[in-house]
Amino acid sequence: MQEGAVLEMRGICKYFPGVRALQDVDFTLREGEIHALMGENGAGKSTLIKVLTGVYPKDGGGVHIKGVDSPAVIRSPQDAQNAGISTVYQEITLCPNLTVAENMYIGRTKGAGANWKMMNSGARKILESLGIPASPKQQLGSCSIAVQQMVAIARAVDMECKVLILDEPTSSLDEQEVQKLFVLMRDLRAKGVGIIFVTHFLEQVYEVCDRITVLRDGQLVGEYVIEDLPRVQLVSKMLGKELDDMADIKGESGGAPVSQDGAPVLAAKDLCSSADIKPFDFSIRKGEVNGFTGLLGSGRSECVRAIFGADRVTGGTVKMDGKSVKIKKPLDAMKQGVGYLPEDRKGDGIVGDLSVRENIILAYQVMKGFFRPVSRAQAEEFADEYIKLLEIKTASADTPIKSLSGGNQQKCILARWLLTDPKYLILDEPTRGIDIGTKIEIQKLVLRLAEQGKSVTFISSEIDEMLRTCSRLIVMRDRKVVGELNGEDLTQAKIMATIAGGDEK
Amino acid sequence: MTTPVKNPETRVKRPDEPLFKRLTRQQLFIPVAALALLVLFNLIADPSFFAVSVKENSLGNPVLSGNIISVLDNASELVILAIGMTLVTASSGGQDISVGATMAIAGSVILRLVCGGQVTADTMQMNLVLAVIIGIAVTALFGAFNGTLVAYFKIQPMVATLIMYTAGRSIAAWINNNQLPIINDLTFKYAGTFLPGIPVPTPIFITVLVILVFWLVLKFTTLGLYTQAVGINANSSRLNGLDPKLIKLLTYVILGVCVAVAGFIRVSRSGSINYSRIAENIEMDAILAVALGGNALSGGKFNIYGSILGAYVIQFLTTTLYKYEVPSTALPAYKAVVVILLVVLSAPVVREKLSSMKKAPAKAAKEVS
Amino acid sequence: MPKGIAVDNQGRLKERVAMSDTNLLLAITVVVFFILYLSAIVFLGGSFTKPQNFLNILNNNASLIVLSCGMSIVMITGGIDISVGAVTSLVCMACAVNLENQGGNIFTMILIGLGIGLAFGVVQGFLVAHLGIQPFIISLAGMFFAKGMTTIVSKEPVRVTNEAFLALKDLRITVPGLGSNNKLGQYVPAYVEPGVIIALLMVVLLFCLLRWTKLGRAFYAVGGNNQSANMLGINVRRTKFLAHVLCSVLAGLGGILYFLHVGSGDVANGAGDEMNAIASSIIGGTLLTGGVGNIIGTFFGVLSLNTIKRIVSSLGFDEAWWSNITVAAMLCLFLVIQSVVLLRRNKK
Repeated sequence: MQEGAVLEMRGICKYFPGVRALQDVDFTLREGEIHALMGENGAGKSTLIKVLTGVYPKDGGGVHIKGVDSPAVIRSPQDAQNAGISTVYQEITLCPNLTVAENMYIGRTKGAGANWKMMNSGARKILESLGIPASPKQQLGSCSIAVQQMVAIARAVDMECKVLILDEPTSSLDEQEVQKLFVLMRDLRAKGVGIIFVTHFLEQVYEVCDRITVLRDGQLVGEYVIEDLPRVQLVSKMLGKELDDMADIKGESGGAPVSQDGAPVLAAKDLCSSADIKPFDFSIRKGEVNGFTGLLGSGRSECVRAIFGADRVTGGTVKMDGKSVKIKKPLDAMKQGVGYLPEDRKGDGIVGDLSVRENIILAYQVMKGFFRPVSRAQAEEFADEYIKLLEIKTASADTPIKSLSGGNQQKCILARWLLTDPKYLILDEPTRGIDIGTKIEIQKLVLRLAEQGKSVTFISSEIDEMLRTCSRLIVMRDRKVVGELNGEDLTQAKIMATIAGGDEK
Repeated sequence: MTTPVKNPETRVKRPDEPLFKRLTRQQLFIPVAALALLVLFNLIADPSFFAVSVKENSLGNPVLSGNIISVLDNASELVILAIGMTLVTASSGGQDISVGATMAIAGSVILRLVCGGQVTADTMQMNLVLAVIIGIAVTALFGAFNGTLVAYFKIQPMVATLIMYTAGRSIAAWINNNQLPIINDLTFKYAGTFLPGIPVPTPIFITVLVILVFWLVLKFTTLGLYTQAVGINANSSRLNGLDPKLIKLLTYVILGVCVAVAGFIRVSRSGSINYSRIAENIEMDAILAVALGGNALSGGKFNIYGSILGAYVIQFLTTTLYKYEVPSTALPAYKAVVVILLVVLSAPVVREKLSSMKKAPAKAAKEVS
Repeated sequence: MPKGIAVDNQGRLKERVAMSDTNLLLAITVVVFFILYLSAIVFLGGSFTKPQNFLNILNNNASLIVLSCGMSIVMITGGIDISVGAVTSLVCMACAVNLENQGGNIFTMILIGLGIGLAFGVVQGFLVAHLGIQPFIISLAGMFFAKGMTTIVSKEPVRVTNEAFLALKDLRITVPGLGSNNKLGQYVPAYVEPGVIIALLMVVLLFCLLRWTKLGRAFYAVGGNNQSANMLGINVRRTKFLAHVLCSVLAGLGGILYFLHVGSGDVANGAGDEMNAIASSIIGGTLLTGGVGNIIGTFFGVLSLNTIKRIVSSLGFDEAWWSNITVAAMLCLFLVIQSVVLLRRNKK
């Protein structure tokens, strides 16, 4: 082992039927460093971590852990825990029916008994020291998602581990919570813990990390000290190509000017829904791309859900092309020519076990009606057309969609809505959790749709993405619309100021 | 997580895969293999099992008789139930365990109507078609009750239908005031026995008709796609304009209709009813048929023909066991052994082990050469 | 110094934590049971006023209490075991044949009963936990197998004449202070059968197991989310295996208690008890989806189920069907209450 290393992985291989997910990957983690593991979706980050934590058995290579002479044998998450490796996954891996304290201690206490007193007082101490607003005795399921994620981190921190793995822990946290997490990470680093940090957010990498390891297509690209690798180079290493594509889109600012003639495609007044948002007004014109922005939980998703009828609409009026319409459920909106790509791809978007083809024709079929099924030949034609058009990478149209990578799943859902030929398309976080290449493709597609005269509402957590695509931004704070920006006001600084609030006249 | 295939044209085909493995991955592998085994067993043990002869029945009409005919005949109720059960399983990820009990209700309603409320009747007191339609309406209503609990109150299907499972036979008895009505009108028994002049048992025709109807429904409506979509991901189905609750409810109502048809066949066989024994344990067989047909009991994708085949396999097994004079009370023990063997062999873990055992010697041979 | 005051000194309110789902459903069950029983005493009077009436519910259902506890444990892990009624029947028959025809004694009888339960548990548990087969299908096969085996052991009912057994069967344990005077004015002491003591002991033991041991908490964790439980370092397979073993052993014990109560082996013994056990668990607040449930609740579930049966029959609806219809109606009511309560909570 190298001097100062807590963890060494050498020549790790992992095969899945038909694919080499990892090929001869080396990874070294040193004491007291925060080490970013970067790569596009499908590069093998998650696989590497799952091999390390014993979720998948490895097909080759060895793992060495500091203080253990022989190669470590890790066959299950328990083995990993015992070896001093603790993990926080992107999806919360806690039990919602147990209390907060139990979730922090279960599976790692000694003896056969469950010592409630010890668990509750221990948990209280940790929660207080980390400033997590939860009671140890509270049922975990009654906490917000962000708090649940913090509890998972608290559990991992308390395990006095040598290696802490954070697999996209920040995707459900807001800015403040992320900062809290970073403080915690730096503390742990000072104590000599090695931290592996997986994230899609480049800013975060440059804020806390010391070193970066880049993977691409299951292979190691290289390990770099953070100062030696500027952002642009990191991205090009992840993509494996130069940045023409990115430059291509950066120059443009928003879509083309929108004609103000006639009635807007959709105009909502005093709309509110069961999801607890303040009544808001909204309108969009033909060929316009606008967006909702705001912090996580500010109500931006809830607004578009209300427009689409996904939540129960409790008040307000909607006009389409000047005519009053009633949208009470998604089907009403679909019939008016509205499409909606939901924020939660796995939970609300894909129908996992159905094939790519069935997923693509689903919305079109529903609009066509119960007694008019799309014929097999026609469905195949549609599927092939969109697989080609959007360059969806799939073994065949018959492949279950759940076996595709995140970006390709998202493209299938886009295809689903494009097939219905909507007048107005709502895209809620279409680029979350997918690789940079696909992100750019989707942004380009949005602009292309607008050129074709469709209206698009685009929501993204990344402001520069919104700046590139939208000509008008609606800013939300605390479930309320607090501002609307367009033209020259569309700058990062101005948006930030509006989101933060406080300095309004 | 995995390296995506670079080109959509390069479809993953694995022609080098052994035939055995490709076969075992087919959904219908289990029921077909089970059927083949049973046929093989009977061929070796006693080929006369398959003999079909023409005999005179009690009315002096020539009718077909033989084990195969009796399998096809006796499986009728099970097949019809299995179809409905498949849809319910697919949409709600659970099973209706009240079908036996609601079959008793359907039978009870139909008998009460044709007997005109009397204990015995020599002629039908009501038009048979009307009586059956009312029977269908009643069980469809009970299906709607189950479906409402499952879809709108979000109660797990097994638990929700436990209610009717507990109460169904009692309700059936209550409908007829705990009398056991008997109808002696021969025309009533046509549906459960033979039509005059036709040597094939009527239930076979009814079953074929029901299968045909479902084939048409699945072909000319989107029921199949909707049911699967709702069963796999209700949230996303809703955002695509479907009403998952309504579709779940619909599948339970369809099962209710199937139950009434099955119940009608069952009471037509004898013209009488025994509330506590009629269609006893048939819910278990129906669920088994769905599972045997390679359908996941947790819902989602389904293959209705697998379930139909599964139902015939179960009846084939029962008839075979009867032939070897296994007493009917001990039958379940044998059935259990078969079930366990089947599910163990189809378990993914076991399949993987089996295929890797097959691969290992092949690999060794390659290395040597 | 009590902790509460220290907290107040810091200017914080005493912590108020929302009830867990498990406790909320338990509370509903206990309240409903008391309302049922008290209103029976007030409006029906008669036998309900006598403590012996309550004790008879226990006497008649000692076996069901044990079965339901086992069922609850499996349900908490997210599984189900519908073989328990048939196992009860098989155990009764095997014990009867052992005592009557094979010259067995009470010790061998208990060994056989628990042994049968253990065998079912090990096989079913292995198939569910290690081969990943759905518990419903496996226990369905288990039920078929036990039913068939019962008739293979003996088709005819077997009455037991073993003296030691009969002495144990007829043993009555008087409960001081709860007796009452009969119509002739004689004082009749209240009693329970020995099976009740065992059943109550099991309730207490299992309650402690679920609440204060790691295994018990692992049952909840696995039922709550078994992938998470795995990630948290719980051996999910072993936990599921043990839950099924425990349930089947309890079914074996339940069979022995049933046998002790009726004193004969019969194919009809324990018929439908799997559904009674499931119903009791549900009324007691156990969710079939797993992760939520409580042994005390299950105990009250059994009591509520049988109290309502008694109420219905003493109201004059003594035809057999009324009892079933009432149980079904009660089940329906509870399911709807639970569903509405939990849906509302989850919405918040």
